[in-house]
Amino acid sequence: MSGIIEQERFTCAIGAMQTVVAIRKAVPILHSGPGCGTMVSGFFEHSTGYAGGSTAPCTNASEKEVVFGGEAKLKTVIEGTYKVIDSDLQVVLSGCTSEIVGDDISQVVAEFQAEGKPIVHVETAGFKSNNYVSHSNVVNAIVDQYVEVYAEDGTTKIDNLVNVFASIPYQDQFWKGNLRELKRILEGIGLRVNILFGPESGGVAEWRTMPNARFNILVSPWFGLDIVRHLEGKYGQPFLQFPYIPIGGNETSRFLRAVAAFAGLDPKPVEDFIGGEEAGFYEEIQSLATFLLEFRYGLPNHLHMILDSSYVLGISKFLLNEVGIVPKEQFIVDGVPEAFQQAIRAELAASSAKREIPVSFDPDAGKAQEAIRAITHPGRGLLIGSGWDKQLAEEKGFDFLSASNPSPYRLVLTTGYLGYQGGLRLIEDIYFRVLGTYS
Amino acid sequence: MSTVNLRAPEVQVREIRLGSITGFEGTAAGLVGCARRGTLADSSRSFSQCLGCSTSNAACTLVLIQDAAVISHGPVGCSACFHGYEFVYRVNGVNRGLEKTTQRKIFSTNLEEKDMVYGGNQKLAESIREVYARTKARVIFVITTCSSGIIGDDVENVTNEAEEELGIPVVAVFCEGFKSKIWTSGFDAGYHGIARKLIKPPVKKQDDMVNVVNFWGADIFKDLFGRLGLRPNYLTPFSTLEQIEHSSEAVATIQICATLGSYLGAALEQGYGVPEIKVSAPYGIPQTERWFRELGTMTGREAEVEVLLKEEREAWLPRIGELREKLKGKTAYVTAGASHGHSLIAILRELGLEVRGAAIFHHDPLYDNGSVEADALSNTVRDYGDVPNYNVCNKQEYELVNILSKSKPDILLARHGGMTLWGGKLGIPSLLIGDEHFGMGYKGLVNYGERILDAIENNEFVTNLARHAINPYTKWWLEQNPYTFLGDNTNVRNY
Ligand code: SF4
Repeated sequence: MSGIIEQERFTCAIGAMQTVVAIRKAVPILHSGPGCGTMVSGFFEHSTGYAGGSTAPCTNASEKEVVFGGEAKLKTVIEGTYKVIDSDLQVVLSGCTSEIVGDDISQVVAEFQAEGKPIVHVETAGFKSNNYVSHSNVVNAIVDQYVEVYAEDGTTKIDNLVNVFASIPYQDQFWKGNLRELKRILEGIGLRVNILFGPESGGVAEWRTMPNARFNILVSPWFGLDIVRHLEGKYGQPFLQFPYIPIGGNETSRFLRAVAAFAGLDPKPVEDFIGGEEAGFYEEIQSLATFLLEFRYGLPNHLHMILDSSYVLGISKFLLNEVGIVPKEQFIVDGVPEAFQQAIRAELAASSAKREIPVSFDPDAGKAQEAIRAITHPGRGLLIGSGWDKQLAEEKGFDFLSASNPSPYRLVLTTGYLGYQGGLRLIEDIYFRVLGTYS
Repeated sequence: MSTVNLRAPEVQVREIRLGSITGFEGTAAGLVGCARRGTLADSSRSFSQCLGCSTSNAACTLVLIQDAAVISHGPVGCSACFHGYEFVYRVNGVNRGLEKTTQRKIFSTNLEEKDMVYGGNQKLAESIREVYARTKARVIFVITTCSSGIIGDDVENVTNEAEEELGIPVVAVFCEGFKSKIWTSGFDAGYHGIARKLIKPPVKKQDDMVNVVNFWGADIFKDLFGRLGLRPNYLTPFSTLEQIEHSSEAVATIQICATLGSYLGAALEQGYGVPEIKVSAPYGIPQTERWFRELGTMTGREAEVEVLLKEEREAWLPRIGELREKLKGKTAYVTAGASHGHSLIAILRELGLEVRGAAIFHHDPLYDNGSVEADALSNTVRDYGDVPNYNVCNKQEYELVNILSKSKPDILLARHGGMTLWGGKLGIPSLLIGDEHFGMGYKGLVNYGERILDAIENNEFVTNLARHAINPYTKWWLEQNPYTFLGDNTNVRNY
């Protein structure tokens, strides 16, 4: 086992510059080699946002900085950033070069912090971790170096205010839509929501109210756990972890009830909201049932996924129980640390009392493809993966839905798969592809 | 002229090998003059934005070779954009005659913190074995990154040992991002690996075969060369290992863009005796004629070339005349890589547009072949006159935005992803043409002319975009001289 990764579906720690790009009017400043930013934009595509992509400042380390250190260069680039780019928050992300060389970035940044600049730094050398992990480090750095300093009131807890962490911006290409639906349904049961990223958030002003939340919600099997643990220690906020993305009627209602119980909300309005949402959702599922049960020309009956752990769990539960597509072998490729794998297996097993869903954990997706090539099940198959998997689907004669990065065959703007709305959208997307095969 | 040494594992980056620069403000003629006099001085910027990475340019020359596997020896992020080549292979392969496109074999050794401490040699050796077992590739390339370079992994040795063990070429390609601020140095690195380990000495010269160093443009040379009794051997995207091995048997090498092929052309000539056409590529009428005549002379097809030129003139000159009429008085701005950028300027001028200025990513005073005739910028200046506001600027968007917001040309011509955005945001019709063959020859002028007219005509989208665009640049900045942060730290390679 060499630990190689074929067909990567995430990127390295500095990819979490996109976490910064997702905050309104924040600018990432890369203290890294010249190519790291372009690699990140090449991975995500359509990911410039306000000041990412070609706009992002970068020190572009050369031989000189590698030999003599890059602190001086970092200083001038930060100074230039203030002159050239209008921003509310600056986050310096250091890459491989500066960390191997040992630049004292905190020292450089501290000078600007002392001048009252809203600037933060975080270590994101590519060899340290991947962007699933470093997303948490970036958020925690902003909490420690920005929120902590600039929060108007760091102690008062506001009833029903929550900080919510779920999809990692850009790594989850449905992040905008997912966060929008999350906010909508949580507000629906009576909470006030700091969603923090994307157009539904109030930008840095919203971040400054993070200490005032009464508790935090994490929607994820493992990534982001470091954030809510950190906030628990720092601001005494307990957290609720819902260990996968809730999709469709059953799971979204389950999620909302768990939140309501955790928050001690009055059940009546919560149930009223859930009832209304479910009515709308199942109205659609019922009209769909005729099609699913009667369409005579062939629809997929089984499913493989090469996706991250949150989606493998969420989509398995949804498609099995609400659409009737049976999950077969699943491949989880987000580099889940071993400590979390057992719980994810158990959660997947809990999707069905009747069947076992085999699952493997390995970011080396080339291996997943090899495995799928060797598997055959009766009936028509559906493969949900990334752009890497299109050719495999063609070889296998599967229906194919691209639903993760890299995503050269699909453009996603604000579509989301989370929640009641997201479940319906996922159904539309799957059958759009399926029906598109009939000419 | 640089001396190609195919025994060395590594080729020097362009700054050192060719004296190339990434910062200059002035005019095109001024720049050419400095280059000729040997007084070219680099400038550095005290504020800068993300550049590009040599590793991805190296990968561009390697990933698309049939039956090849590529291992990026670094953290997983250093190969994050390579998936794009899988798309290119599937989409363009069919246009270039591949019957079936196979999956690209792209790997990362996924270097982690412990490897930084203990070194990555062992991991690399195991990775190569595993990649071979999995892919049965006929050649494996290992491309280096900042991390593997700085910790000092002995990639040359590991690959040589693997080569012996596996019995296939295993090629180390040295292209650490931090080594060059000219990401096209990565092309040279990739070609160096190919030239030193894959190309074989000629067995039998093939008088009708011409090497074409290009990207993945449409297959126009089959027809053009066919009319001269020649056939193209495209290097290196979509080529087979055999095509590369036998490239030494060609009668000549041409390149579509010297920024891309400079080093491979020189390596084929110096290392394997294949003469290179040392005049710049055929964009614009005078250069098209010079180039085809040179091709005729080198391959003994002078008469056929005259026939071809005559036919082409007859076919396209009338339409070119109409387009010139329609484009009269229009203004343009160009941002692109060096040689192709010079060619784009020639196309625009040939079509009668006024080029208000250009932001070109770097400048090579001369290419590896040392030929003044290969300098596309000096040919452009000679044929059409000087270009004002000629700026050597490696993708520094803030400078571009500053310039464009003041000069407001009728059209922005770009050749690098991400650079048209600001044209659009400022309401300037913008065009990026991916196919590098699109503007070649007489027909190329028609191709471009029509696309430019189309872009200028259909400007509703950019007009609307400009009305709603969000601008992160400060008011202060947009009022400054665009070169405010460009210092003249002569010969300081600090970026
Ligand atoms: S770390 Fe170096 S090699 Fe890797 S992407 Fe950044 S500049 Fe390129």
